[in-house]
Amino acid sequence: MSSSEDAPHDTGNKLVYMANQIGTFFKSQDADTAPAKIAEHIAKFWDPRMRRAIVAYLDSGGAGLDPAARQAVETLRASIPRS
Amino acid sequence: MSLVHEIDYGTPRSKSAKQVTLTVDGQKVTVPEGTSIMRAAMQMGTQIPKLCATDMVDAFGSCRLCLVEIEGRAGTPASCTTPIAPGMVVKTQTERLRQLRRGVMELYISDHPLDCLTCSANGDCELQDMAGAVGLRGVRYGYEGENHVFAKQGGAANPSWLPEDESNPYFTYDPSKCIVCSRCVRACEEVQGTFALTIAGRGFDSRVSPGMQESFLGSECVSCGACVQACPTATLNEKKVIEIGKPEHSVVTTCAYCGVGCSFKAEMRGEELVRMVPYKNGEANRGHSCVKGRFAWGYATHKERILKPMIRAKVTDPWKEVSWEEAINRAACEFKRIQAKYGKDSVGGITSSRCTNEETFLVQKLIRAAFGNNNVDTCARVCHSPTGYGLGQTYGTSAGTQNFDSVEDSDVIIVIGANPAAAHPVFASRMKKRLRQGAKLIVIDPRRTELVKSAHIMADYHLSLLPGTNVAMLTAFAHVVVTEKLYDERFIRERCDWDEFQHWADFVSSPQNSPEAVAKISGVPAEQICGAARLYATGGNGAIYYGLGVTEHSQGTTAVMAIANLAMATGNIGRPGVGVNPLRGQNNVQGSCDMGSFPHELSGYRHISLDEPRHLFEKDWGVTLDKEPGLRIPNMLDAAIDGTFKGIYIQGEDILQSDPDTKHVSAGLEAMECVVVQDLFLNETARFAHVFLPGSTFLEKNGTFTNAERRVQLVRKVMSPKNGYEDWEITCLLSKALGYEMNYGHPSEIMDEIARLTPGFANVSFKMLEERGSVQWPCNDKAPNGSPIMHVNGFVRGKGKFIVTEYIPTDEKIGPRFPLLLTTGRILSQYNVGAQTRRTANSIWHEEDRLEIHPHDAEQRGVRDGDWVRLASRSGETTLRALITDRVAPGVVYTTFHHPDTQANVITTDYSDWATNCPEYKVTAVQVSPSNGPSRWQQEYEEFSRETRRIAHTEAAE
Repeated sequence: MSSSEDAPHDTGNKLVYMANQIGTFFKSQDADTAPAKIAEHIAKFWDPRMRRAIVAYLDSGGAGLDPAARQAVETLRASIPRS
Repeated sequence: MSLVHEIDYGTPRSKSAKQVTLTVDGQKVTVPEGTSIMRAAMQMGTQIPKLCATDMVDAFGSCRLCLVEIEGRAGTPASCTTPIAPGMVVKTQTERLRQLRRGVMELYISDHPLDCLTCSANGDCELQDMAGAVGLRGVRYGYEGENHVFAKQGGAANPSWLPEDESNPYFTYDPSKCIVCSRCVRACEEVQGTFALTIAGRGFDSRVSPGMQESFLGSECVSCGACVQACPTATLNEKKVIEIGKPEHSVVTTCAYCGVGCSFKAEMRGEELVRMVPYKNGEANRGHSCVKGRFAWGYATHKERILKPMIRAKVTDPWKEVSWEEAINRAACEFKRIQAKYGKDSVGGITSSRCTNEETFLVQKLIRAAFGNNNVDTCARVCHSPTGYGLGQTYGTSAGTQNFDSVEDSDVIIVIGANPAAAHPVFASRMKKRLRQGAKLIVIDPRRTELVKSAHIMADYHLSLLPGTNVAMLTAFAHVVVTEKLYDERFIRERCDWDEFQHWADFVSSPQNSPEAVAKISGVPAEQICGAARLYATGGNGAIYYGLGVTEHSQGTTAVMAIANLAMATGNIGRPGVGVNPLRGQNNVQGSCDMGSFPHELSGYRHISLDEPRHLFEKDWGVTLDKEPGLRIPNMLDAAIDGTFKGIYIQGEDILQSDPDTKHVSAGLEAMECVVVQDLFLNETARFAHVFLPGSTFLEKNGTFTNAERRVQLVRKVMSPKNGYEDWEITCLLSKALGYEMNYGHPSEIMDEIARLTPGFANVSFKMLEERGSVQWPCNDKAPNGSPIMHVNGFVRGKGKFIVTEYIPTDEKIGPRFPLLLTTGRILSQYNVGAQTRRTANSIWHEEDRLEIHPHDAEQRGVRDGDWVRLASRSGETTLRALITDRVAPGVVYTTFHHPDTQANVITTDYSDWATNCPEYKVTAVQVSPSNGPSRWQQEYEEFSRETRRIAHTEAAE
């Protein structure tokens, strides 16, 4: 298949994009509560490996993460079960 | 068993609450005011002879067979057109009536062939019945004169004779048997609303004519079958009845196509299906049908159906047919091996929105209990997951608020991002009926769908917005409602949080949400936005119907919330005629969501992390459940590419064709070590499968489906599964092989388990459904008869929640390289990925997906109608043929995704809804250019397709 020669879908970037997208919605509700709401949404709908990946991404610099999303990811650490 | 007989009352039911008593043949009978004498008589069991009357259409009074005598009135009025009156005394049989009726019948029969014995309607013909009922013993007139019966008259061609029209693949029209009762014409008008038929000519020249004396296939006819059902003779007759003969028994069941959930009688001869006839007691369809459910069931016996289990080591190997035991063991061993090697969370599954509630429930049970994780998802991920989340947040339930009957009480109807005439045709017919009675219509859609303008239907507003601007448009509606004080303050104060309303009202009132500002974004003039918003807010009962044009966007969930806000603000919730109504795509997509198919929640929409429901399931199932949410379909594919997800069990779902960004889906599937596909056919996804488990059709199983109005209906087995097992049995076999035994003797026991574990289903059982026909959830001690309409005395969540809906444009943007916006949709004759309908004669109406393009855009590119064009996006490219039409606006192109060779989803991107990851199918920036033929991808795919579908058939042992 020719699919392999296409640009790889980078899951890290995708998770950042998704976190920022969630962030945009909750910021429009209330900027103050946004980080908590983003974290809650991610904890509710992302499986642990996705949460682990975004936390790892943050630990490696977290480029591209919007400030509210970045704050949310910080608080996610506690919600991740040990693998 | 025998045929399920339905009483034909002759004229429609009166809705009047006032009761009137009259006397018919010496017996007192009490019926609602406005009832016809014919219906009143039938209600006490007296059938007045009739030909032109049937209770699906209004009385017409043309056949003059149903005459009666009424004390104190002169003459012999027709009982179908004469309403009852208090104290009326009617006689249905007198010497005078007998003579009149016999005279009428004699005239009818004098121009009708007498080939009853060899006629396809023999034994199922109302003309035959009436000849018997009136005691016709001879015809005095002979056939020598002018007639419509014989091709030749005195050796010469008979100018009044017309040949049979066999152009429609499913039924024939034989004009020589027509009695011109016009039931077909009226059914086409009143029931279906297409107006394809008429009576051409006058007097003896009167003929039923499709269009302007065209063939049925060449006319506007949509082949819904209403005319065939209405025909009292063999004039319009199913080809299957002609081929096989009259059915001998019938079973009521539920259609397995769209989310309308039509009830049908499957009319059988032994285990052979003769025809599907819509069932009048079906509360979703009320006796109507469409071309798919009525006729397109031949796929069940199609030669390409796979009936034996198959396995292979590599996807490039040919398939090897094996025993059930071997296939199941292979799948189980592989899943166990993968879990041992890559961890418990490295496998998952997809439940089917085409299978029954019971089957869906078992697949998610297998994943949670036997796999031990929550990696389960369903096709609702790619359609209505934003509905679940959006309505859950605002109202507290993840489903539509109304029943379909509700539309009969609507005064203003908004249809946004939905094309019911194509995707939910039977409901569209019911909606059109209400529109013809005078309800107002607002269509919000980039494309001029059939509802905007068709026979006797004209939308009051068609807001042809740019794809991707729904949230801006809906918020502008709210701006008008709030700034012009058109909101329902009493409703809001009573049922919603007033502070939240005020916060929301401030937001929507801001200038960026004004119609003038939104006009610039959406391309719809401000005055049209204002006019439509005012109409919805002030026009009486306002109902909103929406489809995937709302949900399949980056802001799909936000748009659902905006719809919910609008309905709350105007008080359009909690009674007949109003509400928020998602039109669900597949037959059981509502059910599959209800049954806990999402990775984060158990049946009844309870989050997996909540201890109380989880413990309930743990106790019932005897396992410990993982309390972490699992992967959604797009996440599974990402994880597969990343190497952490290695095996999947897919029941009745074709993600390779239906899901966006095909290359991403195929890369994900390719990366897995064990793909198990359970389906009727070697679908597109099966190219990457290692184990194929043949599935069963809806005709071969017992269970329930839940339609778009939350209606749970029985699916009844009418034939043995050709593959050997019903789908739920296969899941049980697999689960057992995985080491988690599930024991059920019948799907009713699975429903009992669902009821035990799901509060909204507490009182649902097969026994109850047998007795009641259907029930709308929630159905429990609080609502023992179910819930036709939700939120009647307040919202399920308590107070209705207004949520701010800021418009955030999608990142999928047009630019110099990709200047057009592609949006996708459906067509009437084909269903979803087409796996079923493409294997029926329905393809005669739609052989290929075409690209609709505006004449202006086509001319600029030198594209002529029917030309091959290259369609390219940032994700990929494909080719298909152009269809030049002004149904789409300049700058917008449109196609369907019913055919795998079109590969429309090679084009769509992996952008998705912020809350649910529902893909953004409805907006893709593309370029269109002339082309010579299939793209390289299509050619490679075709080659790969041939290679991966090879089956090495085993020789018989003897």
